[in-house]
Amino acid sequence: MFAGFDFDVIQRSVLYLFREGMTFTLTLTAMAMTGGIVFGTLLAMMRLSSYAILNVPAGAYVNLMRSLPLVLVIFWFYFLVPWIGGWIVGAGQPIQVGAFWSAVITFTMFEAAYYCEIMRAGIQSIARGQVWAGYALGLTYWQTMGKIVLPQAFRNMLPVLLTQTIILFQDTSLVYVISATDFLGAAVKVANRDYRLVEMYTFVAVVYFILSFTASYFVRWLQARFAVIR
Amino acid sequence: MNYNWNWGILFQTASDGSGTYLTYLVVGLGWTLATALAAWVLALSVGAVVGTLRTTPTPWMGRFCYAYVEIFRNVPLIVQMFLWFFVLPELLPEALGSAMKQMPPPWGSYVPAVLCLGIYTSVRVAEQVRAGIQSLPRGQRMAGTALGLTLPQTYRHVILPMAVRIVLPPLTSEFLNVIKNSSVALTIGLMELTGRARSMQEFTFQVFEAFAAATVIYLLTNLVVVLGMRYLERRVRVPGLISASGDAQMAGH
Repeated sequence: MFAGFDFDVIQRSVLYLFREGMTFTLTLTAMAMTGGIVFGTLLAMMRLSSYAILNVPAGAYVNLMRSLPLVLVIFWFYFLVPWIGGWIVGAGQPIQVGAFWSAVITFTMFEAAYYCEIMRAGIQSIARGQVWAGYALGLTYWQTMGKIVLPQAFRNMLPVLLTQTIILFQDTSLVYVISATDFLGAAVKVANRDYRLVEMYTFVAVVYFILSFTASYFVRWLQARFAVIR
Repeated sequence: MNYNWNWGILFQTASDGSGTYLTYLVVGLGWTLATALAAWVLALSVGAVVGTLRTTPTPWMGRFCYAYVEIFRNVPLIVQMFLWFFVLPELLPEALGSAMKQMPPPWGSYVPAVLCLGIYTSVRVAEQVRAGIQSLPRGQRMAGTALGLTLPQTYRHVILPMAVRIVLPPLTSEFLNVIKNSSVALTIGLMELTGRARSMQEFTFQVFEAFAAATVIYLLTNLVVVLGMRYLERRVRVPGLISASGDAQMAGH
């Protein structure tokens, strides 16, 4: 069944696939992960706040993002970001935003909702007495959070945060719908140019599988190695 | 810098002439639900079997199911869509392959989309089922053996009836995921809700009206599903257990 396979097309394009495509995918994943965790942690702190002015908008945002398909959100931001950008810089018209930056903003905003729920569970796993102890010592809210609660929450949630990042890594392939040249996008271009769809798509699947599988194996190892013994 | 808002566009005749753009989108919702429901049936049946087999004491069965789960979990959904749509017909025997390629639209996209989404989701269902079974006290299994039940009987009468009621809440969020994930089928040409919002935007240039309408439709659908499942969960809850809340599962979409 693989007799008609033309492995040569993979060999010819492998350098392009990784240099262009995989670089795009990994950069996007790294940037969206960093931005998403920072923004998601802030959202989690807002959601846990007792002020309605903070927790209501944060809750609405998270629930909205989690209710919509990622493809639709990608389209939304792809068209929305140029308008908002034009409004911010005061240009008379929508500004040009490339597919890459549009994708970075989309995935940061979208994944923040998921990271938020993880961090919220992480913060809630810390004993309340620790927060009171912090306040009793005269620490401010930010000091209590930054020095006592968040470091432990991160450590408890590290495996889940990394698992979510693996999901993010796989999800970045959806930038195909805005014609960005990520790993899949690069493969699609080669596949259509040389009319080698079977080989290219199989190759893409194998590469994604190896990377994700290795990463999730590493997460499980980490989980066993660094689990807090209680 | 002014965007020309025109909400009236929703009531103008759609580009395919079948009715207004609003009906055009609602028909899209119909395709979304048709895809999601068919995939959900497939996912539940395959996922329940695979998840159950992973907890049986037969090693090779467990390994086989482990491989199945890992393969379909570690490849992005869109890549799997392409595999089902572009690659599978080429690898199948000639007659079957060309039969798949010659299915008239929309079935040519619908069938691969359902298969892909169903198998993709079955892996998540399998993991939930496995977790549900493993969360049962092992005394229940032992009690089944002590009563002289065979392994299949223990599963049929002791373990599965409990497990089903325990995994139902996490399965709610998986069902919501199937509805959302069905939007990926637009990449193989299925005109479901997101696909139709996209094509409405291309024909009318009313970007934000099209996507806002689709957003509202998705939110309403979610609301209906959540309320329905909440009712179902109340009906089947195991008395005496601290009810697992629906947001127990954090990672994932």
